[in-house]
Order: sequence, then C-alpha cells, then structure tokens
Amino acid sequence: MSTQRFYGRPPAGVDPSKLTGALIVIEGPDSSGRSTQIALVTKWLEEQGYAVEQVGLKRSFLVGQELEQAKQGNVLSPRTLSLFYATDFYDQFENRIVPALRAGFVVLADRYIYTLMARDIVRGAEPEWVASLYSMALVPDAVFYFMTSLKTLVERTFTAHTELDYWESGMDCGLSRDWFGSFVQYQRKLKAEFVKMRETYGFEIVNANRTVAALDRDLRGRIQLVLDRTQGA
Amino acid sequence: MKPDIGEALPGKLIAVEGLDGSGKSTQIYLVHQWLKSRGYRVFFSEWNSSVLVKDATKKGKKRQLLTPTTFSLIHATDFADRYERQILPLLRAGYIVLCDRYIYTAFARDAVRGCDEEWLRRLYGFARRPDIVFLFRLPLEVALGRILEGRPQLKYFEAGMDLNLSADVTESFRIFQGRVLDQYLSMVNEFGFTVMDATLAVHEQQERVRSVIEERIDLAYFHKRYAS
Repeated sequence: MSTQRFYGRPPAGVDPSKLTGALIVIEGPDSSGRSTQIALVTKWLEEQGYAVEQVGLKRSFLVGQELEQAKQGNVLSPRTLSLFYATDFYDQFENRIVPALRAGFVVLADRYIYTLMARDIVRGAEPEWVASLYSMALVPDAVFYFMTSLKTLVERTFTAHTELDYWESGMDCGLSRDWFGSFVQYQRKLKAEFVKMRETYGFEIVNANRTVAALDRDLRGRIQLVLDRTQGA
Repeated sequence: MKPDIGEALPGKLIAVEGLDGSGKSTQIYLVHQWLKSRGYRVFFSEWNSSVLVKDATKKGKKRQLLTPTTFSLIHATDFADRYERQILPLLRAGYIVLCDRYIYTAFARDAVRGCDEEWLRRLYGFARRPDIVFLFRLPLEVALGRILEGRPQLKYFEAGMDLNLSADVTESFRIFQGRVLDQYLSMVNEFGFTVMDATLAVHEQQERVRSVIEERIDLAYFHKRYAS
C-alpha cells in the first residue's frame, strides 16, 4: 500500500487514499531509450504477476488528435499550446492513471508533468504558473530521468529517424536558424531545467548512455525497490 | 509569454458578466454601437473559439468525457488563444476592448463544478484585470424565467447535468444557475465589480453603463486617428 500524495490539492472527486497501485515515471529526451525500456519492464512486471498500464503524453482521446494537428500547423501561441498539453495530461490522468491506480495497477508513464513543465519554461513560461498548473498531479512513487550525453542523443536520433524532429529541436523557439544548432541548444536548455527540477521533485538520475541490457538490469533493480516499498511483501 | 499584468497598456478593457438571461450581451452590444458611432477605436471580442479548440470541446461534450478539471482547462486553452491573439494585441494597439464574459465566468462556473478557487485564479493569472467589470444582477427566478421560456432545450453541461444535482434537466439548471449566481456575488468585492440592476429597462441600464464608462475612461484618447 503506497501513500499517495499530490503536489497541491487533488482534482475534484479524486480520493488519494483509494489509490493503491504504484506510479512510476520515466523521463528523458527522445531517443534516450524510454520506450524500449518501458516495453522490457512491462514484460518483466507482467511475468511477476503485476498488472501494468502504460501512459504517455499526447495520447488522450479528448485532445490528442487536436494537439497533433496544432503542432503540424504551429498556429498556437506557447501558452495555448501549454494549456492544450495540460488538458491532454489531466484527461489521461483522471481517465486512465487514477482509475488504474485505484485498481492496483503499476502505471508506467512515458514522461509526465516534468517534460511538459520543462518545455514550457524553456519557452518562457513563468515557473510558478507552470507549477501551479500541474499542482493537481499525483506525486509519483519514483521518477527515473534518463540522462544521456548530447553525442549519444544525436547518434541515436539519426540512427532511428534519419532526421531531426522540428519540436525536439526546439525550432519554434527561434534559438538558431541552423537545425542542428537549435537541437543542441534546445536539448541543453531542457536538460538544465531537469537538473533544476531534480532538487524540487527528487528524480533518480539514470545513466542512459549504456546498452539496452545494462540499462534494463539497472532499472529493474530500482523498480523492484519501489515495489517492495509500496506494494507490500 | 511573461505576464504583463503590471505594465500599463494604452488600451482599456471592459467586461460584462452575469447569468444567462441577465441581458449582459444586449448591454455590451449597445456599448459597442455607441462607441463605434462616436468614432472611437473599439473592438468587441466574442467567445468564438479557434477551430481546434472547438473540435476538442465538441468531442468532449458529446461523449460527456469532461471532468471538472478538463472542462476548466479546455476553456482556459480557448481563452488563452483568444487573449494572446486578439485581446492583448488590441490593448497594446490602444483599443477599447469589450468582452462578453471574461475570466470571472470561469471562476464562477468552474468553482461550482468543484475546482479549487486558488488554482483557478493562478491558472488565469496571465490575464489582465479589466478596467471595468459590469455584473448584471437579476433575481434568480427572473433570469431562469427568461431562459426557460425561450429555450426549453437545455444542453447537458449548460444545465450542470455533470454535477448530478437532479435527474431533471430544468431542475438541474435551476440549482446550477443559483450556485453560479452565489459565486458571482461572492466575487463582487474581491474584483471590484460594478453591479448593475438588470431589472431596470434596457435603455435605463444602458444610460448608467455609459455614464460609468465616461467617468472611468478618458474616451477622447480613443478617437480614431484615421477616418474609416
């Protein structure tokens, strides 16, 4: 039985004492290996008899599609975009994460409020405003931040996609007209925000420059500790 | 994206608030006509949403998927879009901007739905406080009568059906509107609303509204520099 807490007040109608599952968050940039690891961990947890629910960003039924469209056209102001993302987050939070935790699932979140907050802050949002916006989120049982060197990130990105993504390169931020230059600056800024947030939110930093197998072993050990702590014997 | 709450802008912002049926839209319409005919730089901002937000709202409402939180956020998204693309640029350009409903509608309605009041105020913290907010106050029964008489088909969220106040739509609407009214009244001092007696004749109300505006805003400044 874990003791669930919220950063601020929980959303209307959510009773924290009823949330018996565990919420585990994986944070980190694209190509840091998040989805690969989540797939491996899911398999491992299910083998052990845990029910797993996977959630991620931009997957809500409510606005997931609209967000994708908005990003294609890049027509929304930064604040509108961040509120759209917040809507998407809370829709999934209330309709998927909370019910799954109530049913005792282990919820694996492929990114959580921290990515959203970091992106907003890099785009000029006031940190207090952003923190308040997401204050109704549940404090996870663990947050693993996949830290990679920029070199690794660049190599993995080009291996997987052959080109850099517009948003992951922060091209909307006007940092540089050079795509690669913008990618480097943007990822540095995001990383700096994560490092800052680490103090406030207590991330565990995981070295993601390693092989898939090495990272998986490390992660399993850490998750086992979380489950021992929160899910009883 | 920084808030510019403290920064003085050349424009002025006037908002009207009140229950459905309070006659606020008529009053702001008449203000718009008056200021236009006098040749002032004035803009009327309507609650028409961007297409994207409209689609999402429609989808959520149709499937009754919205929780108090997402209901509130989707409207905040919509408001932010309009605020940053329209209201704020107009204020910077030196216009009188007229708003039929503003953030107080969200404060009242979302609080009735159970959202935390502090959270709501911070959520909308980026929006400037208007120079004048008129609250059109009408006894609940009169406002209900006006609406229920003319538009018997109440929509699900409009009637507050998501709050399970009553299985009967009309009864739910009554209770919901009553609570919204209480919220409005509790904000009068907090935000310095100018309360208007909405039981008076339309032209009488308009006369008072105009005199408040003339008193509080130096209209001469807003004369158009170019004839149009």
